[in-house]
Amino acid sequence: MRKKSVLEFTLNGETRAVLCEPQQTLLEVLRDELRLTGTKEGCSNGNCGACNVLLDGVLVNSCLILALEVQGRTLLTVEGLARSDGTLHPLQQAFLDHAALQCGICTPGFLLSAKALLDEHPLPTESQVRFWLAGNLCRCTGYDKIVRAVLDVARTQAAQPPSVSATPV
Amino acid sequence: MPSVPASSSETAAPAWRVVGTRPVRPDGVDKVTGRALYGADLSLPGMLTGRVLRSPLAHARIKKIDTSAARALPGVRAVVTSADLPRAADRIEDLGEGAINLRYLSDNLLAGEKVLYHGHAIAAVAATSASIAEQALALIRVDYEPLAPVMTVTEALKPDAPLLLADLHTDRMGQRDAAPSNVASHLRHERGKLEEGFRKAALIIDRRFRTETVHQGYIEPQAATAQVQADGQVTIWSSTQGIFAVRSQVAEVLGLPVSQIKVVPTEIGGGFGGKISVYLEPLAVLLSRHAGFLPVRLVMSRTEVLTSTGPTSGSDIRIRIGADAEGRLTAMQAELYYEAGAYPGSPVGAAAVVSFAPYACDTMRVDGYDVVVNRPRASAYRAPGGTNVAFAVESVIDELAESLDLDPIEMRLINAVREGDRRPDNLPLSKIGYVECLQALRQSDHYRTPLTGRHRGRGVACGYWGNWGGQSSATAVLNSDGSVGFNVASTDIGGSRASLAMQLAESLGIDYSQVKPRIGDTDSVSYNDVTGGSRTTFATGWAAYELGQKLSAELRQRLALLWEVPVDTVTRQGDGFAAGEKRVGFAEAARLACEDAPLMVSTTVHPKGYGAAFSVQCADVEVDPDTGKVTVLRYTIVQDAGKAVHPSYVEGQMQGGVAQGIGWALNEEYVYNEKGELLNGSLLDYRMPTACDLPMIDTVIVEVPNPGHPYGVRGVGEVNIIPPAGTLANAIHRATGVRLTALPMSPPRVLAALWDKSGYSPFA
Amino acid sequence: MARVLIPALLQPLAGGNAEVAAEGASVGEVIRALEVTFPGLAVRLVQDGRLRPGISVAVDGVISHRGLRETVNPASEVIFVAALSGG
Repeated sequence: MRKKSVLEFTLNGETRAVLCEPQQTLLEVLRDELRLTGTKEGCSNGNCGACNVLLDGVLVNSCLILALEVQGRTLLTVEGLARSDGTLHPLQQAFLDHAALQCGICTPGFLLSAKALLDEHPLPTESQVRFWLAGNLCRCTGYDKIVRAVLDVARTQAAQPPSVSATPV
Repeated sequence: MPSVPASSSETAAPAWRVVGTRPVRPDGVDKVTGRALYGADLSLPGMLTGRVLRSPLAHARIKKIDTSAARALPGVRAVVTSADLPRAADRIEDLGEGAINLRYLSDNLLAGEKVLYHGHAIAAVAATSASIAEQALALIRVDYEPLAPVMTVTEALKPDAPLLLADLHTDRMGQRDAAPSNVASHLRHERGKLEEGFRKAALIIDRRFRTETVHQGYIEPQAATAQVQADGQVTIWSSTQGIFAVRSQVAEVLGLPVSQIKVVPTEIGGGFGGKISVYLEPLAVLLSRHAGFLPVRLVMSRTEVLTSTGPTSGSDIRIRIGADAEGRLTAMQAELYYEAGAYPGSPVGAAAVVSFAPYACDTMRVDGYDVVVNRPRASAYRAPGGTNVAFAVESVIDELAESLDLDPIEMRLINAVREGDRRPDNLPLSKIGYVECLQALRQSDHYRTPLTGRHRGRGVACGYWGNWGGQSSATAVLNSDGSVGFNVASTDIGGSRASLAMQLAESLGIDYSQVKPRIGDTDSVSYNDVTGGSRTTFATGWAAYELGQKLSAELRQRLALLWEVPVDTVTRQGDGFAAGEKRVGFAEAARLACEDAPLMVSTTVHPKGYGAAFSVQCADVEVDPDTGKVTVLRYTIVQDAGKAVHPSYVEGQMQGGVAQGIGWALNEEYVYNEKGELLNGSLLDYRMPTACDLPMIDTVIVEVPNPGHPYGVRGVGEVNIIPPAGTLANAIHRATGVRLTALPMSPPRVLAALWDKSGYSPFA
Repeated sequence: MARVLIPALLQPLAGGNAEVAAEGASVGEVIRALEVTFPGLAVRLVQDGRLRPGISVAVDGVISHRGLRETVNPASEVIFVAALSGG
């Protein structure tokens, strides 16, 4: 048994403390220690994007980051996307409206990648969307409806005053 | 409601209230918020972590396995090998995924005398942590006697080829060859006099093709948890396409009565046929039993998924087709050699039917051979066997069309099968929408827009898939507020909760939002076949329809008693019921009907009228002459859905099948070295399409209603993956003048073919 | 009498015929009738009292799940085919 350390960080807006071993990845700690299983494991080596999260607003593969690297930092996972009153994030709603998921296992990762994209490029082109989502594998949809959902959110938000389209976290 | 600009509906159909609309799926919120629980998300008190030791060799005899050091490691609670499996019977059973010899199924779970592929399971360990389980694996000693690997059809058929299975003899429809062989079976479909047919041809094309092993590539690795109780009761939580298929396989392999096994489905992260065979479930049960009845969870790594679960067959194919000067086919011949992997069971039977099914020709012969090689045992993959053979057939048809100066759609229209025409196995086709699909593509904006530019080409190909019916069960519980609890056992892989709830709502005449679907376990719902064979929306949809009719009839009965009128005077009116002056809405009827006794109806179905599916596809590609990279510029899929219950999810099936087909055609393949080791067991090196590799995939849903279903539904899940490889091969040919006869048409292969054509030799 | 289509690999056992006529009210009876005319054919279709694994029967164009028990009419067409599996 390796010595455990206390990891403190801000997770989906709340300060959390958790014991973890030095070799544990962020993905393992999220899923096995914090029981936040919305972040999925598809390959464990950064090729599928199912475990994508936002670390200080930057898109990362949580399977490629050691948990202790997150000390003192801020993390957003799929569980933190909707508002606390249950209102879905516009991307979540758009994925539902566009039927942009079939089995749904890749969906959390896609939502985080899409949020990272729209945070940086509020009105992306189709090729920008495809480029930003290229780190996420989906085997069910052929990406068509996912790309349309993301473009739809971008266009809708661009047409609205910023206060209405403000996103949580 | 989103606008869906890329889709159009071709044929007017009856006006349903719910069927044909696009509501949000019932499980949608759980899946976009991360709450939905998949196979690896399950956690139980005291749960142990399991790991599997796998063979580094492709072909070897196991001389000895020593697990003593692993058992002695603190934290290890159980170690199991094939010695812990009961000796399985040498008997062939259909366990929900086609017939399989139980001994082969057992040997595939934990190797007995021999390992037959790189990644073949040898032992399993349960420990208090993943790291201890992994240390334990490293302590297991296995003595091997290495044998020469047999990796391809060519190697397997050599007279002096090493035999994988000493007791395997070629079966020729019930007759066993005397000598053992790597060819498990030979089947033949034939009609007419073949050589006479070829003599009538003005042109005969005879080509050989090769396709490589490919994987379903579901994003969720296999995951299973089992808990055995001291009284012998077994509970299994599994990410599977069929809970009853898991139950029957575990029961047979472990020698348990089905009454002792409960299988609980988790959400499933893709399957495409690959999550029907069991790999982990029996191991988890054995480990839990040996580990003091603690629950044990096994989750595969991605490498294990690629090395050790069933991909689909690579194949060697010969196609010979003759046509007269007008383009009418005079004779068709196919020789199909499919690699089954380590144990018999490639999809060559389905391939033999798919082969020439779109073509009306009274002279044909199809020979199919099931060949064992030292690769993982092939498993079903979306329209199993279809893509390989259609790549070959559609390439030859295209070559004929081009040589005869015929438009490729015209060529197919001249020879198109219609209702009553026969498939290669002589089964007549019922009502189909193939000609309608061809016409819809010809009239599409894509096909009518000329393609311009250098190194660009347009290809067309078609595909047939027979679909399946199978058995389904379902129960509907009427709540006193008029809502309906709807229990099914069909795993929801891609939105079937929605398509089933919609059919129940339609049948019952209530709002979709009033139906609450739930996927039950094997103890709470009656027998149900797998979610596979494009059957769920068709067959479980039949059950949903029947539940609506039964519930409606029971409500009329109860209202008639209450109102003291003859039951035949109680009719549906608007959203409720009426008899004479009396009238109630559905919710009020439910409240009244449930006052005396609760109301629940069940049904079981085994519908036979599953209509066949056709798809016709068109691609524009650009080939980079310097790198050989093929870029798909534009893609259109036309498919007959019979009736699209939820058009968005039908489009999703079409787009998803095309995307998998494009991956298969352009990049995906298992790469082995000469020792039979898989070299690309990761998602970096097993290259599936990303969002950057694909264009939008335009869909045209044709609706020629299936007379075998109350709403005209045909299965839509599989046929879409059959045409892409042929479509792209034909497009590449039109772009470059080069005809590729091997998949994948990856940059190195395309470049080599371009150099070959131009006579350029870079290494000369 | 029902029309029976014989699979190519079994035609040598059926006098080289691709199509024969046989009497019977069920698939099982049809096979028994075939065996009388063409000894050795039944064992290629039936094993342990049911259709061999890997063989299906279609009556009037519909693949049957009732096997030997499936009803056959005098005007029926009976086709023995290789069984398929899906995904």
